[in-house]
Amino acid sequence: MQNIFNLPPIWYSFAILSVLTLFGALGTIMSKNPVHSVIYLIVTFFSISAHYILLNAQFLAAVNIIVYAGAIMVLFLFVIMFLNMKEEADEMKNNKLVTAAIVTALLLGGILIIFLRRAGKEKVDALGFNSQTGMVEILGQSLYGEYLLPFELISVLFLVAMAGAVMLAKREQGERHF
Amino acid sequence: MGSFVQWLTESMFLWKALIIIVIFAITLAIAAYSTWGERKVAAYIQDRRGPNRAGWGGLLQPLADAGKMFFKEDFIPAQADKWLFILGPCLSMFTALMSSAVVPFGSSFIIGGKEVFVQAIEINIGILYVFGVVSLGVYGVMIGGWASNNKFSLLGAIRAASQNISYELAMGMSIIAILMMSGTLSVREIVLQQHGGNWNIFYQPLGFLIFTICAFAECNRTPFDLPECETELVGGYHTEYSSMKLGFYLFAEYINMFASSAVTACLFFGGYNYPGMDFVERQLISGIGANAGHNVATLIGIGSMFIKILFGIFFFMWVRWTVPRFRYDQLMNLGWKGLIPLAVANLIITAVAILSGYKLVGIWVGLAIMIVLISIVWSLRPKKKNAIMGA
Repeated sequence: MQNIFNLPPIWYSFAILSVLTLFGALGTIMSKNPVHSVIYLIVTFFSISAHYILLNAQFLAAVNIIVYAGAIMVLFLFVIMFLNMKEEADEMKNNKLVTAAIVTALLLGGILIIFLRRAGKEKVDALGFNSQTGMVEILGQSLYGEYLLPFELISVLFLVAMAGAVMLAKREQGERHF
Repeated sequence: MGSFVQWLTESMFLWKALIIIVIFAITLAIAAYSTWGERKVAAYIQDRRGPNRAGWGGLLQPLADAGKMFFKEDFIPAQADKWLFILGPCLSMFTALMSSAVVPFGSSFIIGGKEVFVQAIEINIGILYVFGVVSLGVYGVMIGGWASNNKFSLLGAIRAASQNISYELAMGMSIIAILMMSGTLSVREIVLQQHGGNWNIFYQPLGFLIFTICAFAECNRTPFDLPECETELVGGYHTEYSSMKLGFYLFAEYINMFASSAVTACLFFGGYNYPGMDFVERQLISGIGANAGHNVATLIGIGSMFIKILFGIFFFMWVRWTVPRFRYDQLMNLGWKGLIPLAVANLIITAVAILSGYKLVGIWVGLAIMIVLISIVWSLRPKKKNAIMGA
């Protein structure tokens, strides 16, 4: 315990950020007001981005903020503001939903434990590790070189999803078919 | 402890802190005097005198306004969500002040044999940082508007959110065209590449047009100030706000204007570059020595950067007092059906021009072909019969 004052500064940053991340995550699921939930979730995204910066992955941090905090959460907030959710949700009274939630949580927990046990065995070689791995140049080269096909397939998937969303939202002439 | 003091004096920490504080102070001062400038410009355009009572030419008007704001009653509606009501203006101010952190205001000072960049932080994802902060700017408006528990505020907040999301896309694509040309995300690198009159505005005229329109929309300035449209929404998202909380919202708008003018200057107008800067620096170095000459040349560069920024702010005001506000459907149509396809076309033209090897000629020829094609399609389009708006 006396070593706690001799830790490198990055450990303190990590500890503070982790507390903040967990605080945001707990707030997200514990607050009754959905708008408060969204704001806690934004706090979580920010602290996760800060974790990325600690890992020297600046690009990932910026993209995480732009996409999740800047776009997706704005849309979430946008939709939730339209809904006037004053009354308590009665999901906890539905037995089927509760059973499904428990099963999902157990499965997710099991997967997490398995991955964590495996991850501990393969340690990163600190001397041979390239500190620039998370930078834009290297990320771009591996995305457009080694992983070009999956990358393009994902783009096609997004395009299909976008076209589908436009299809669904478009007003048809005459009777609606869906 | 001794080693800490030594570290403090030897590292860049003190100089960086000084630069950050100076940039912060200049930002606030320019934003404060933009409120005075806005009223003077409005007065000039409308053939009036503008503020001229507080100080010479009304120069103390911003102080008088701030004093008035501070002494007004700070009111929080009974049904409001108190903490979010307070958080809204704070977030607006915070995001507005953060965005100029990566802007290089000048080249560098040589102090005691060390080179200090005139920039708060130099990161290799500068543009993405700016883009991220801009995309967060809407939270202040949304949270404040929702927390007020007022239907006009809520409508203003929702308008702000949809407007910002729509125009961010076109803005991002116009920035990507710049990134394709420069091959870097660092704002300093982009500015350095525009050295010697190679300003991006000559290569990206359409990109500049799209970026400027989107900057107006992101700053909620007229003709895109629908979130605070008085004729429809009382005061928009800040209907329920009073005192300095309202002041923060209004002030954040001026800081945003400053920041977006600074970013525009860096991306399209060469930042701190000005014609003949090499000649000036050579003369200064041969005149007063290498270090002092470099430092004075940097100061002149900072001056040219601020001239560009001030012109950008003036342009914001000029447009505000000239152009009327859009209707909401016009705003959405312009964003989604006008600017985004244009931005995609601009991307393709830029890519082809870069691949062809003749950047400047290629881009202008491509734009000319695009304009011809658009006008042919436009003249051949089938005329709608019962269309109210025509377009």
